[in-house]
Amino acid sequence: MKPLINSLPETVFTTKVDDLLNWGRASSQWYMLFGLACCAIELMQTGGPRADLDRFGAVPRATPRQSDLMIVAGTLTYKMAKRTKLLYDQMPDPKYVISMGSCSNCGGLFQLAYSVCKGVDKIVPVDVYVPGCPPRPEALTEGLLRIQDKMMRERWLVKPAKVADEQPSA
Amino acid sequence: MDAKEVYASLEKLFPGKVRDFRSEVREPYLFVEPAAIVEVCRFLRNAPGFRFEVLSDLTALDWPKQETIQMVYHLFSYSHNHQIVLKVDLPRDHPRIATLENVWKVANWFEREVYDLFGVIFEGHSDLRRIMLPEDWVGYPLRKDYVEQEEYDGISTQRAPLVEKLLR
Amino acid sequence: MNDTAPAQTGFYTEDMTISVGPQHPSTHGVLRFVVKTDGEVISEAIPDVGYLHRSIEKIGEKVTYHGYVPYTDRADYLAAMFANQAFCLAAERLAGTEVTRRGEFCRVIACELNRIASHLISVGTFGQDIGAMTPFVHALRERETINNLMEEICGARLTYNYIRIGGVGYDILPETCTRITAFLDHFEPIVDEFNRLLSGNKIFIERLAGVAVVSKEEAFSYNLVGPNLRGSGVKWDIRRDIPYSIYPELEFEVPIGTAHVGVLGDSFDRYWVRIREMQESCKIVRQCLSMMPKGPAIAKVPRKFRPPPGECYARVEAPRGDMGFYVVSDGSEYPYRVRIRTGSYTAMSIIDKLSKGIMVADLIALIGSLDVDAPEIDR
Repeated sequence: MKPLINSLPETVFTTKVDDLLNWGRASSQWYMLFGLACCAIELMQTGGPRADLDRFGAVPRATPRQSDLMIVAGTLTYKMAKRTKLLYDQMPDPKYVISMGSCSNCGGLFQLAYSVCKGVDKIVPVDVYVPGCPPRPEALTEGLLRIQDKMMRERWLVKPAKVADEQPSA
Repeated sequence: MDAKEVYASLEKLFPGKVRDFRSEVREPYLFVEPAAIVEVCRFLRNAPGFRFEVLSDLTALDWPKQETIQMVYHLFSYSHNHQIVLKVDLPRDHPRIATLENVWKVANWFEREVYDLFGVIFEGHSDLRRIMLPEDWVGYPLRKDYVEQEEYDGISTQRAPLVEKLLR
Repeated sequence: MNDTAPAQTGFYTEDMTISVGPQHPSTHGVLRFVVKTDGEVISEAIPDVGYLHRSIEKIGEKVTYHGYVPYTDRADYLAAMFANQAFCLAAERLAGTEVTRRGEFCRVIACELNRIASHLISVGTFGQDIGAMTPFVHALRERETINNLMEEICGARLTYNYIRIGGVGYDILPETCTRITAFLDHFEPIVDEFNRLLSGNKIFIERLAGVAVVSKEEAFSYNLVGPNLRGSGVKWDIRRDIPYSIYPELEFEVPIGTAHVGVLGDSFDRYWVRIREMQESCKIVRQCLSMMPKGPAIAKVPRKFRPPPGECYARVEAPRGDMGFYVVSDGSEYPYRVRIRTGSYTAMSIIDKLSKGIMVADLIALIGSLDVDAPEIDR
């Protein structure tokens, strides 16, 4: 029988199943349009003709049910905080959050304000923080690429090993 | 017509209800008694020589030392291209004044904002409730003695320690 | 309209209450409408605002005059130059500061470029709300060039902090002037492209003509300003009628709604005024570039800016109408009160009245034609 080594033609592509799954997810991050304030305009420009997010497979979706990435772009106020949590809960797993701009990172320049929540990470868990006021489209694209790196490192198929603090029997 | 003529006519028609005209400032203003504000505004909107069709702005100033909340009304006329500023002094612990909603419809939203941020009650308003802040907010933020609450809806309002020093 | 007895018609209907927003694909920001409908026909649409209330007015009492200028950017981020200018006008009038002549020209150039950028977003998102996705991308492409020019002028793409008390932050260099002229040469035919894509489009006209008509008296009573007022036929422009800066020396027209399709004061008229205003802004920038004098770009203003006690109401003609800054000073270096009165706030107050009896799709056309945006409403 012929050995398998160096036997397949160049047009066949081999990989691990984990990497294939992650590559599929990372190349089609559908982000929810959650533009709150000035950063929303830069988010629109990033989706626009010059710094095109669509070439990474990221298309905007209006509803949380169809998206796996939430880009919180803009200032979060206390009035909006409950709705933010509601929208985050409606997104299906696995989901990621990019905090775009200073206002959603830490409250931004509105530290003296009485109605601004000082950072979106008080409400939802954040994966990538993109600094700037507002961040350039290139910065937001870098944030998206970091989420891609994070996605590529994840493992979904193998059950996680049991933690070693089980009660010894008898 | 300029502001001096406006004041002279108002003094003749509403004796005792207008006072303290300041004409040397950039935007001349005059004080009106709280009870007479609706009839003065209605006259200013309709009378042919005045024709103040538009309520440009309705806001309030908080003067804690004088114990007053001062309402400020900016009126403007497109047909004659002139403006006048009316001011009303209200007691700070009990600020109530009649609504101007029936004279200019836009007063509805302006007055809701002043109620939300200063706590002034507008009598006769069709829908007086908070507009900018959540319904269950406590306090009137734009007053000078406003103190922020410790937390809202389970979210703490604490800032980083370096920033606390900036708060005055 | 509801609760008809089943025996008469065979149908039992009931009003639905749906909540449009605060997160929704229309890009006017975080606005919420509580809409009571009977199927497609609306009986009441109540706006619910305040989701972007960033307490900019209260912050004005805690920072100095110079330090407040970045906050005015955020009062309307699509027209940040105008908010800067209004606040600086109020502070300068309080203190009696003279602005340098070159500074005035730089201000007008920056402001009119910003007006073009703001109207591009307004027209583009309006088309997108109606359903025309492509002109939005064309508008974003043009806006990228303006963002580049703004970055050359002042270093930022969106929130500029350029117009300071006494003049402007940085001078406009001759290379930038050449690039601005090149942009204007490229942009004026683009407006005709927009007209071919959108304004002459039969579907667009059918969606907008005759929808949400605002008469002149209603516009006065609800204090509509800017293109909303001019769309109802009132020829009023702060640059012409209460002039400030160097506008008296410039020649430009004030477009008003003409009802060449539909009724005077409908959504199409308000949209058409914006398209024409973009063309007029190009003319203004060309005149300014040809008349630019030499000199310093900013006057000498003390570091601790302390105007005498008093108050001042300064208005500018922003893209969304007359933006007024009412600044009260008590003699210290912090303002006593800063009040921002914007055109979008008053435009929201008319939505409840205009939305009775129209369809849900017309509500979206109405909101887009009034060009409201959330930071102006909530501040």
